Amino acid sequence: MNALSNPLLEVDRLAVEFRTRGGTVRALENVSLALAEGETVGLVGESGSGKSVLSFAAMGIQDAAARITAGAIRFAGQDLLAKKGAAMKALRGREMAMIFQNPRVALNPIRQVGRQIEDVLARHTDLLPAARRARAIECLAEVRIPDPERRYAAYPFELSGGMCQRVMIAIALACKPRLLIADEPTTGLDVTTQAAIMRLVRELSAERRMATLLITHDLGMAREYCDRIAVMHAGHIVEVGPTEALFAAPRHPYTERLIAATPVGAASLAELAAIDGNLPDLRRADLPACRFAERCPRRGAECERPLALAPAGASSATHLIACHRPLTAAATEARHAAFA
Amino acid sequence: MPHLLEAISLKRLFPVKKDGQTRQLHAVDGIDFHIAPGETVGLVGESGCGKSTLVRLLTRTLDPSDGQVRFRNRDIGLVRSRAMALHPQRKDIQMVFQDPTDSLNPRYTARQTIAESVRLLCGLRGAEAAARVEEAAGWVGLPLALLDRYPHQLSGGQKARVGIARAIVSRPALLVLDEPTAALDVSVQTVILQLLERLKQELQMSFLFVSHDLNVVRLLCDRVLVMYLGRVVEAGPTDAVFHAPAHPYTRALIASLPGGLAGGQASAADLLVGGDPQSPIDPDPNRCRLLGRCPRGLARCGEVGPQLEDIGGGRQVACHYPAVVQHVRQ
Ligand SMILES: Nc1ncnc2c1ncn2[C@@H]1O[C@H](COP(=O)(O)OP(=O)(O)OP(=O)(O)O)[C@@H](O)[C@H]1O
Ligand SMILES: Nc1ncnc2c1ncn2[C@@H]1O[C@H](COP(=O)(O)OP(=O)(O)OP(=O)(O)O)[C@@H](O)[C@H]1O
Ligand SMILES: [Mg+2]
Ligand SMILES: [Mg+2]
Repeated sequence: MNALSNPLLEVDRLAVEFRTRGGTVRALENVSLALAEGETVGLVGESGSGKSVLSFAAMGIQDAAARITAGAIRFAGQDLLAKKGAAMKALRGREMAMIFQNPRVALNPIRQVGRQIEDVLARHTDLLPAARRARAIECLAEVRIPDPERRYAAYPFELSGGMCQRVMIAIALACKPRLLIADEPTTGLDVTTQAAIMRLVRELSAERRMATLLITHDLGMAREYCDRIAVMHAGHIVEVGPTEALFAAPRHPYTERLIAATPVGAASLAELAAIDGNLPDLRRADLPACRFAERCPRRGAECERPLALAPAGASSATHLIACHRPLTAAATEARHAAFA
Repeated sequence: MPHLLEAISLKRLFPVKKDGQTRQLHAVDGIDFHIAPGETVGLVGESGCGKSTLVRLLTRTLDPSDGQVRFRNRDIGLVRSRAMALHPQRKDIQMVFQDPTDSLNPRYTARQTIAESVRLLCGLRGAEAAARVEEAAGWVGLPLALLDRYPHQLSGGQKARVGIARAIVSRPALLVLDEPTAALDVSVQTVILQLLERLKQELQMSFLFVSHDLNVVRLLCDRVLVMYLGRVVEAGPTDAVFHAPAHPYTRALIASLPGGLAGGQASAADLLVGGDPQSPIDPDPNRCRLLGRCPRGLARCGEVGPQLEDIGGGRQVACHYPAVVQHVRQ
């Protein structure tokens, strides 16, 4: 499968900065990622690594302090960065939808949740009002909100955290978008509900060829639902590859540490290992070429040289890494047999 | 040992409209439990079962419809939620909210948010207060460079850490955490869990830890409470409950974990049958709430609502037909 031949979404060498009083935060640098129709790509990486900034940029919603200083974003061949407010707004909701990380804030607090779904349907479909109501209730049922007729009339404050989250998912999926960006869509939901929602996403990918960018801290979930995984660290994509290859044999030292920090199967808290060190301060003028270098046990002199994503080996055109001293496939494969 | 916190027949109903009539949604429907000093209690149960409502009652940000909340043997349930902000116990019960974005003041920097807690709860100012703020930031692994940012300039996990730092900076006796790790990556999560463990050892801090992540509950908590539609259906030492869950709902939860039930694969008899959950609106008190989804449900379950009863080994279960539990001697 070659995702890059005809991508639906293409992020090309993107750089995003934030001007703050304390200096310029270089949140994304040289970030490239493509999604094909029907494909689910996982985006993982430590807190603060730039996953949400990347998704906001793709959706064309940005903080006033944000500057896109380089690169391009294309959706179905159109240059998104050239699109003006209204044109972008028309795409959002209909063609591309996003599930936000903070559900309660993303909902309108003073409007019934069923109406909020109808608003989206009214804007982006030609359903008649009566049909819209029925469809809104159906959307609530699809995300497993019990008693959807009654919940239709609820205000966000009357719903539990997980229900608000599901309402947001319902809003995002209501128009059956071509691209879904889901930022931690199911954290805080129990496993059964989580599975139901991911099934729904999967159905839409299969039936309507929806492409999904799934941002998650849950590597187990990423592994289960994603075709490919991209790993971010401090505003760089450091590794991207087919899910099984990446889990079986991570090549970037950061990916390996991330996988090792997963609590599944640990017998005690003491056994869990946090990744040493912190993300570097992204305001630093002297950020190293490899932003992981200062935390990396494998660091060497060559790590100061410029760096870009490149195929991890001759045989793997789809498995890319940005590392001068990658792990060898054989070594990590042995170590990760236990995790599988 | 005297209890640090005790809930007695605690209830919270919300009036809702259904078919043109006002009826009562039983979000928390008669809950009894306690937390000892230095104890970590996990609270699990599916979305909407009443965990956050219970937490808000305990931290007194919501008034109960009935029942008592006792803290160090004093009834704080009667202190109106609005007056609680000034109550002397305020410092000793702190809370980490489910949605960090929602609970941070957008006009305060991270430093100001944490400092306000130090000022109001510990009465500290100046250099001493500033030192406390940075200490707490260090504890939660929040780089000091981020302290002067506003919430909208922080990532989800960074905001979550500000919320945790604000809650622990006053060193409360009881910390209530509502899904604190949901927004955290595995590495930060490890830092936080190990921090909680340390606060417990060093300061005898107690925790009520609400989470959907059973793996984390298993590692962190001494005891676990399992809620279903407003009620506690099972309670007991974490190891025992995870090893041999007695209530059909708990069995189904644990069967869904990758490791599954101890002693092998989950059988069909351990999974919930299809069917919708019952409505929390004016539920029939003479009927088990799990009926309809329970793989065991029998006639009696539709006639007598099961009560929480001791089954030995510090365990309690509310079920007419619990799984037989052999007590493992500790
Ligand atoms: N408006 C802003 N001004 C300054 N810095 C910002 C702003 N928004 C985000 N950042 C910084 O950019 C970096 C990336 O943030 P982002 O929200 O994308 O992280 P994330 O990968 O989504 O993390 P999480 O998993 O915690 O949600 C962080 O260090 C964050 O502090
Ligand atoms: N102000 C309110 N008015 C009406 N109903 C409410 C109100 N607050 C909560 N509820 C209802 O009470 C029930 C319990 O909600 P609660 O937020 O306690 O659930 P939860 O267990 O925390 O769920 P989650 O895991 O999704 O956060 C839900 O049915 C919810 O809709
Ligand atoms: Mg984020
Ligand atoms: Mg909740």
